[in-house]
Amino acid sequence: MDLAAVILVEILYAVASLVLIGAGLAVVFGMMRVINLAHGEFMMMGGYATIVAVNLGINVYVAMIIVAPIVVGLIGLVVERLVIRHLYGRLVDTMLATWGLSLLFIGLVTMIFGNTTTGISTPISGLTIGAYQINGYNFFIIVVAVILLLAVFAVLRWTRVGLVARGTMQRSDIASAIGHNTSRIYMVTFVAGSALAGLAGGILAPLVGLVPSSGGAYIAKAFITVIVGGPSIIAGLMSSAGLLGVVAQIFTFAATPVVGEVALLIAAVILLRLLPQGITGRFLKGRL
Amino acid sequence: MRPGEALSIWRAMAIGAVALILLPFVMQYYTLTVLVIYGMLGLSLGLVWGFGGILCFGQAAFYGLGAYSYAIAAVNIGESSVPFILGIVVPALFALVLGAMMFYGRLSDVYLGVITLVVTLIFFKFMNATAGSAHVIGDARLGGFNGIPGYQTLNVPGSPDDYLYDDRLYIVCAVALLLVYGLVRWLLASPFGRVSVGIRENELRAELLGYDVRARKTLLFAVGGAIAGLAGTLYASWAEIVTPGLFSLGQSAEIIIWCIVGGLGTLAGPIFGAVALGYLKFLLGQQSMVDNSIVLGLILVLVVLLLPRGIVPTIRDLFFRTFGRRRRRSRRPARRQDNAS
Repeated sequence: MDLAAVILVEILYAVASLVLIGAGLAVVFGMMRVINLAHGEFMMMGGYATIVAVNLGINVYVAMIIVAPIVVGLIGLVVERLVIRHLYGRLVDTMLATWGLSLLFIGLVTMIFGNTTTGISTPISGLTIGAYQINGYNFFIIVVAVILLLAVFAVLRWTRVGLVARGTMQRSDIASAIGHNTSRIYMVTFVAGSALAGLAGGILAPLVGLVPSSGGAYIAKAFITVIVGGPSIIAGLMSSAGLLGVVAQIFTFAATPVVGEVALLIAAVILLRLLPQGITGRFLKGRL
Repeated sequence: MRPGEALSIWRAMAIGAVALILLPFVMQYYTLTVLVIYGMLGLSLGLVWGFGGILCFGQAAFYGLGAYSYAIAAVNIGESSVPFILGIVVPALFALVLGAMMFYGRLSDVYLGVITLVVTLIFFKFMNATAGSAHVIGDARLGGFNGIPGYQTLNVPGSPDDYLYDDRLYIVCAVALLLVYGLVRWLLASPFGRVSVGIRENELRAELLGYDVRARKTLLFAVGGAIAGLAGTLYASWAEIVTPGLFSLGQSAEIIIWCIVGGLGTLAGPIFGAVALGYLKFLLGQQSMVDNSIVLGLILVLVVLLLPRGIVPTIRDLFFRTFGRRRRRSRRPARRQDNAS
């Protein structure tokens, strides 16, 4: 019974962290068809922003939830204005340019912070269930992921900004004809995606030892989650994170964490082979 | 083959041979050998991506697989001839199976990129986790993060004590690059190559004309895998150690950067890009002022923004415009009409 509870929490945690990692990329890819391969580095910089803020004496939650998204959002703003906006509609070119950006950020962060591992301690202490000990921070991550999904859904579904954004993504020419500034909408969307990446990086920062090349560990997972999810943002993210997270955790428990990671990757390959358009390309079509 | 094509291939090979003979006068054999190997690796993706339209994010998988196949076989066998062949055949077969899985599943662009990327990651994760005595193939311990050191490097076929190293290894690599280049040019001039370019231009049209697009893409992918495997085999012999780093994302990224910077839709471009950027990386490695990846990243971003067709096609157009010979120009590399150079 205790073991079952622990496994359940761990599975929920795995799903929640995939949701967090993928959210920023899903917004940018789902809305703008832009694949941001610097996503992992955005998360890494969110982590560094959090750590620096905490070391400056700012409350750890403020650092994670407010400072990190703002810092990374601003970086996203600069990136969008300088690079991405020239490349809309050229999927492969954006991928390559953002890959270049990711290298650039790794280099910059290495020069500033050095190639050493930094980290902060988790703000929530461990929790005992029967004979088992679980990390209390896992619950925080699960809660944040749920709130995040609800918030993105609410903004897109019920606000005017979300409506205009969705309209622009469907037919930018019509949106522009009825007087919306599409260039600015793209910019805001990209900044929102970057801020989400920064938030994810900040929240996951206490769990990992951060090095400048940490982004590489995130980008593959984010990329896989989003592509397997398919065109819908929320439904795709939830379904693919759910599926891949469960598979990864089951194999982690049955064997080792490495087997779990490999199982996640193999599951992604099989899923894409069966559903080449992603899960929401076949099911739940047209949902958010 | 079109008239004049054979002559053009011989001419290009002759120019390449002259360059490969002259380069040792300005650089050490040790550095030069690895640059030539990079050139071959760049060529492999240049073929698959530039002429087949298949954006493979995981060319490093075949490169690493070639290196590992060679190393494992060399530990078990000792003499290098069979390992050398295995280093080419294993990645080629793997590319064939992977390609068949992808192309018969009608996967394209981004999804193809994800699958190849994921496969590379699987290799990377797996190889990193193979420390300990449980992971053994024959006498070879896979060694996890530390890789496999101390295997037989390339030797003159038949005499295991006659090692090929330094200048002799350079000659082997240089000749291999020239041969592979010539063979690829010939392949692209053959009906198979012409149809491959046709498929890149318009897959549906090629299919309606009756060509089996899936089989042809799979085959081209396997050829690319074989060339990358050969590069990996030579690399294994040069470095004398193989590590999981060969499968890393950074390695894959580098190959793509070479192709983009050098110029897609040409064969000389990726080779040039690989050699030039490889040398730049070597130079940057000697100083500690600026971090290596800042420069590489900046180059990639600037080339994508300012020279989307790459250096070699841009220079070639400039050259032909200056000297008055007419060439068809097109703005985007993916829509290029003319053939290899």
